[in-house]
Amino acid sequence: MALVLNEDEVMLRDTAEGFFATKAPIKALRTLRDTNDETGFDRTLWSEMADMGFAGIAIGEDHGGVDMGFQAAGLLAEQMGRNLTASPFLSTAILAATVLREAGSDDQKNTWLPKIAAGETIMAVALDEGPKHNPAGIETTAVKSGNGFKLNGSKAMVIDGHAADTLIVAAKTNDGLAFFLVDPKAKGVAIERTIMVDAHNAARIDLDDVEVDGDALIGETNSEDALRKVLAAGRGVVAAELLGAGGEAFRTTVEYIKERKQFGVPVGSFQALQHRSSHLYTELEISRSAVLGALSALDAGDPKADRYCSMAKSKLGDVAKLAALEGVQMFGGVGMTDEYDIGLFLKRVRVLQELLGDAAYHQNEHAKANKF
Amino acid sequence: MSETNLDTFRGEVRTWLEANCPEEMRTPMQGDWDVCWGGRNFKFQSDAQKVWLERMAAKGWTVPTWPKEYGGAGLTRAEEKVILSEMRKINARSPLTSFGIWMLGPALLKFGNEAQKAEHLPQIARGEIRWCQGYSEPNAGSDLAALATKAEDKGDHWIVNGQKVWTSYADQADWIFCLVRTDNTQGKHYGISFVLFDMETPGVEARPIKLISGRSPFCETFFDDVKVLKTNLVGEENKGWTIAKYLLTHEREGIGGGNSSMRPLHEVAAMSLGLDEMARLSDPVLRTKIAEAEIDEWAFNLTMSRKLAESKAGQSMGADSSMLKYYGTELNKRKFELMMDASGHDGLEWESDRSQDGKLARSWLRTKANSIEGGTSEVQLNIISKHILQLPGA
Repeated sequence: MALVLNEDEVMLRDTAEGFFATKAPIKALRTLRDTNDETGFDRTLWSEMADMGFAGIAIGEDHGGVDMGFQAAGLLAEQMGRNLTASPFLSTAILAATVLREAGSDDQKNTWLPKIAAGETIMAVALDEGPKHNPAGIETTAVKSGNGFKLNGSKAMVIDGHAADTLIVAAKTNDGLAFFLVDPKAKGVAIERTIMVDAHNAARIDLDDVEVDGDALIGETNSEDALRKVLAAGRGVVAAELLGAGGEAFRTTVEYIKERKQFGVPVGSFQALQHRSSHLYTELEISRSAVLGALSALDAGDPKADRYCSMAKSKLGDVAKLAALEGVQMFGGVGMTDEYDIGLFLKRVRVLQELLGDAAYHQNEHAKANKF
Repeated sequence: MSETNLDTFRGEVRTWLEANCPEEMRTPMQGDWDVCWGGRNFKFQSDAQKVWLERMAAKGWTVPTWPKEYGGAGLTRAEEKVILSEMRKINARSPLTSFGIWMLGPALLKFGNEAQKAEHLPQIARGEIRWCQGYSEPNAGSDLAALATKAEDKGDHWIVNGQKVWTSYADQADWIFCLVRTDNTQGKHYGISFVLFDMETPGVEARPIKLISGRSPFCETFFDDVKVLKTNLVGEENKGWTIAKYLLTHEREGIGGGNSSMRPLHEVAAMSLGLDEMARLSDPVLRTKIAEAEIDEWAFNLTMSRKLAESKAGQSMGADSSMLKYYGTELNKRKFELMMDASGHDGLEWESDRSQDGKLARSWLRTKANSIEGGTSEVQLNIISKHILQLPGA
């Protein structure tokens, strides 16, 4: 397992670090939020990301991508986590691209993947429905109708669903779970933009007798293997983003407690804070290994890769949350103000930790997979 | 070495092991008594155990990466990994367990003079001399540099007086590597010297300490006018603290390692408690805690591999060994608490065949020392605060 980055990956990380710190710092998210931006992310940024090859990071070269794999995608996500960057990277470049890559027909891949890689289309994958992540409980149906399908159901927490040019909807067919391309403007599609606590965006989507053509079906009427891969990729990449957000929250906290003085000394000189900081440092290092191990397993085609991505998501959900909570506590009163960034990390981590399954969900999955 | 050459090497190792590892040495160890510690007074459990050590030592494979002139095989870390993985494949036992290999050897290779290396390293490699470590004292535990065992200068030798404690297996060791105070006029980190002497020297006495596990792996060791020649000083006089710290780093990497040969927690729990009609562990709270601990263990093992790979790539592990020691030992304690939870009444039995004389309970108790020995968890957290986070006043 590649737990140490190779030269290309180090270069990519350094490039991404500079890119996001300059082009999409935390200030940019504040501006999007405070100006009630209508998309909630910056489309110019997204096309610049495409120019850098980021949109096609997990897309093959024959479809216009750079095909660097999920380890590389994780390095980008980590930098976005550090900067709280809003972009359709997860929705389009990871989730949608993986659905198409894993389940799509040749025609569908040829049509859509180059557009994603070029930053020309934004896609959102509509998966979850209830208050918690539960891919086994999808109730949206796709029933054969003429030479196409009729879709019914309600989706929630569809990342970037409000801004997508095309939706990918997961629905039950007679054969199993399948993915469908749906035009957001089609009759029967109702989309409500939901601005979340972290100022990033999602949507609730109702599908009421939505008619789609036969070629809207991505691949086959049973794409459960592809779904597993999509979930693994999503979880691994979100874990990497949590590593970035948690790590940055921690870094700024340590910086702050070195400066902030009470009782005539820096509060960071108190052992009560030192031991908690050292513990957190350790947890974050352990977490980094989990992310590297999971994503490199995914790239290597390891049959247990989906297990590892689930485990990494569990670990990172807990650790990034601890980093955010400790951050706010150690910043003290100013940590509660909107002016300081630490509160933004608390909010972002809360969303990411819920996304694609929280720690408890993945602990349960671990137990089920190991038969206990 | 290139990948192809490594593959060739792997083939050679496999053939050699197949021909030279006795069948009896390819079975799991049944208990502490099966561990080969070597030393002057060691009683081999079987001819196979003796032959296995001799063959491995002749090959230089008890210490594959040490130079050939010191009893090693002069191999790279990558080649050493090949040997270990091939040994694992046939369940070969470790031919020699030794503080000499694990702790003193690396320190001598780095700080010892030529005569010291030539005298001691080959004997360590062949398992002829068993070493113990004289570090902690009754008033110098976490604050190790407060040690007071006194070495009085007598020209070509010192006269050593004082007491060490928690000296692992001192009653069975042949030689000791020991921290003594040769100067107390300056700060406590200055004036410590790292010396070596024979445990049969007049004035040395080791008394086993009985622990809560009922076992006695540690001793109190007393020095009463013990004569130590100055040729047995490692490194510079009064500057032994540097060596002590270097060696502790090695010790921490080892202690953090935990016990990977243990059966997975969830298997023990499922056997003990049973599963419900949905095939879930019948205790839902314990089920979650076990899942959490197993995920942590996976991530911790990856971290051990990662840190090893990074240090190989030329990056020093340094204070990161404190992180591994802290996390590994705390995790091990957690695992044994869960093991006890899962075993319930059965795990409490102390003297019965059923419990193999309280094997689990005694192991559980033993783990409590993990976060104390080799520097407490609190000391490790202090080190991380000071050296990695660089927090003020740490």
